[in-house]
Amino acid sequence: MLILNALLAGLIFGVGLIVSGMANPAKVLGFLDLAGNWDPSLAFVMGGAIAIGVVGFAIARRLKRSVLGAPMSLPKATRIDRRLLAGSALFGAGWGLAGFCPGPALVSAGSGEPKAVLFVAAMLVGMQIFSLLERRFAGTEKPA
Amino acid sequence: MNIDLAHFTPFPSLVGGLLIGFSAALLVLGNGRVAGISGILGGLLDTTSRDRLWRAAFVLGLFAAPWAFKFFASLPAVTIAASPPVLIVAGLLVGIGTRYASGCTSGHGVCGLSRGSVRSLAATATFMAAGFLTVFVTRHLLGL
Repeated sequence: MLILNALLAGLIFGVGLIVSGMANPAKVLGFLDLAGNWDPSLAFVMGGAIAIGVVGFAIARRLKRSVLGAPMSLPKATRIDRRLLAGSALFGAGWGLAGFCPGPALVSAGSGEPKAVLFVAAMLVGMQIFSLLERRFAGTEKPA
Repeated sequence: MNIDLAHFTPFPSLVGGLLIGFSAALLVLGNGRVAGISGILGGLLDTTSRDRLWRAAFVLGLFAAPWAFKFFASLPAVTIAASPPVLIVAGLLVGIGTRYASGCTSGHGVCGLSRGSVRSLAATATFMAAGFLTVFVTRHLLGL
């Protein structure tokens, strides 16, 4: 049941990305291009997602276990440190270069788009590089 | 600033955003998990982890989304302007950056902001600023 729910959530998330225009890098870059012809559409994506998300997380916060009986695993980290900010800056730079963030890249790769497959492959290598670095320099700060 | 009305799609973007928010609510209420794509992927790559099944199911849902969408309508056109070398660099940056930041557009931008997390607000402000800056530099200073 948990697996099925995760599959359904992934499917709806992906359809949402397609409908919203987030799955199209040209549209994402149009939103990030404040100094050019600015397309504010993606602010509506965030607004719509957060409007429903707020309700979902407000209910989730009161639950001891999930509706399907799984333990609630909500992030506990509150620290705003160099890892968070430097990581976010690197991510934003990559996002601005290609117009892809992880979700839309996976959706686009799923549709068989070769350039998206290439981006996803590089992203997975990047994640593995992170894991290697973490193992090498373990013990200073733990990720959330 | 010049608003690009030709590409502005407030209604589909809002509907897509609502679907994304609904998916995030579904995953947290059903599985007790945050719909953060980079975190879900990172956990899936960790071969020592024992909770990889729901992660795989969620990613499978993302991959399947364009195919499910095609049953009802033709997929909207996608433009990936970045060249293969740029896609590789961007992918590496997104992979490393999102893991250091413990989240991306979905985990921090949608779920974190929905939870009212100040840490996620800091992350979101940082990656948005980096995205705006990167597009400004590449499009308006370097003229790429």
